[in-house]
Amino acid sequence: MYQPRILLALLLGLACQVGFAQQIDGTLKKVKETGVITLGIRESSFPLSYLDAEQKPVGYHIDICNRIADAVKAKLALGKLEVKHQAVTSQNRIPLVVNGTVDLECGSTTNNADRQKQVAFAPTTFVTNVRMAVKKASGIKDLDNLGGKPVATTTGTTSVQLMRSHEKGKNIDFKEVYGKDHADSFLMLETDRAVAFVMDDNLLAGLIASAKAPNDYAIVGTALSVEPIAIMLRKDDPQFKALVDDTVKTLAKSGELNKLYTKWFLLPIPPKGVNMNFQMSEPLKALMASPNDNPAETYKK
Amino acid sequence: MNYHWNWSIFFQTVPSGDETYLAWIIHGLGWTVAISLSAWVIALVLGSLIGTLRTAPNRKLALLGHAWVEFFRNVPILLQLFLWFFVVPELLPRDLSLWVKQEMPAKEFITAVIALGLFTSARVAEQVRAGIQSLPRGQMNAGLAIGFTVPQTYRYVLLPMAFRIIIPPLTSEFMNAFKNSGVAYAVGVWELIFVSRQMTEETGGQVIESLIVPTVLYILCAYGANRLMHVIEKRAHVPGFIVAK
Repeated sequence: MYQPRILLALLLGLACQVGFAQQIDGTLKKVKETGVITLGIRESSFPLSYLDAEQKPVGYHIDICNRIADAVKAKLALGKLEVKHQAVTSQNRIPLVVNGTVDLECGSTTNNADRQKQVAFAPTTFVTNVRMAVKKASGIKDLDNLGGKPVATTTGTTSVQLMRSHEKGKNIDFKEVYGKDHADSFLMLETDRAVAFVMDDNLLAGLIASAKAPNDYAIVGTALSVEPIAIMLRKDDPQFKALVDDTVKTLAKSGELNKLYTKWFLLPIPPKGVNMNFQMSEPLKALMASPNDNPAETYKK
Repeated sequence: MNYHWNWSIFFQTVPSGDETYLAWIIHGLGWTVAISLSAWVIALVLGSLIGTLRTAPNRKLALLGHAWVEFFRNVPILLQLFLWFFVVPELLPRDLSLWVKQEMPAKEFITAVIALGLFTSARVAEQVRAGIQSLPRGQMNAGLAIGFTVPQTYRYVLLPMAFRIIIPPLTSEFMNAFKNSGVAYAVGVWELIFVSRQMTEETGGQVIESLIVPTVLYILCAYGANRLMHVIEKRAHVPGFIVAK
């Protein structure tokens, strides 16, 4: 089926000499055969990947994934590439990438060593710090102030384990309460079921920015953990991985990634025109200069 | 599928403590059983009462029973759980409300038991009503004719037979109590589904192993409930009436 298309591509001079000398394999082969690439998106991971007022996926990682899709289209010399979106959750994102439902997961996934046994990651495009949101009126400044108090986090996230480890390490006894998603956990903070909500700081900033009274809340405390967040793809797919890596590295080197960061973190964003006002962290600045896909374990001191 | 199987995760120590994931699963199973059994006690007591009221000659009592059943049977269990967890405490006086939200011991467990217990009670009530109504009308009249009051007729004539007749559908309801207890994860009870989700996350996506083990445990719990009811059915059987072999 695709022989004439390759010929056409060659005739048009769109294909690079090496690209088609080798057998196309893995995800690229699948995309070439179907003319479709499926992006896994999150519905409320501000501002990395979320739905705007028209229920269309937007965000920093969506922009990056669209650049990758463009690169795939150019590499395969496809006249038309359909980009499909599939909503994923923190529970099903890995299985959906592994079983081929999703080709690129453009959400807010921590790259860690355990996950690298199942999937591969693009070079890190965001670094998050796990901290806590509190009501300003509570006067809470750090986790050590939380003894005996209810503290919320979301089921099935790394924060649960971080909180429990911290509790053990410092001999503090909090009452953990668990929301089934970030919105539920924030509701617990909002309605005084919890005095703090421990989560990735960018997600907390997003939830606060869209809360009823954003000025009532603050993000406080030392970071429980520093985690690289990256776009996720299938493991053992060297051709696709190389293309994704090259695209992200080129974006970083050319300064375009920096521009995208500014667009989503330092300027007003849809749907409400809220400005996250979230300055780039030092680890991310370092990554922009020399991108890599090292797992979270390498960030621990 | 390019899945990396790893059954040894159950013997791995969790990152936040000294126990293994297997210990977590057993702990989760404990909460699942505790929620299900506690909710079942509530469901059986309230369900019997409400089901009986629905057949009562007194119209007001029958209407109360009717309203109860329609409310708790027509609203999804997850929504009912959220109503008890997020809405009801807001209706209390401020100090009590804060106490319930922050200090009350085992608040997630208690909320889950109340929600599941009341939800199931409506279903049990319908079966109790059906059991009573399946009896010949003459039984009520016979009871009254030999001088029993209405409550006595229910206690000594109608209910003993009605309960025997509805053991099979009650068996299903008892099994449902175990299966429905899974919603408790949504308010943060550390039960089987909660453990399964947390394990999937912490082990870097060993989702199949983390789901299969709770699945098998749910099957065992529900089947155990089924066998227990089977024994009760045989023990309680009255010669000449339908009963399992």
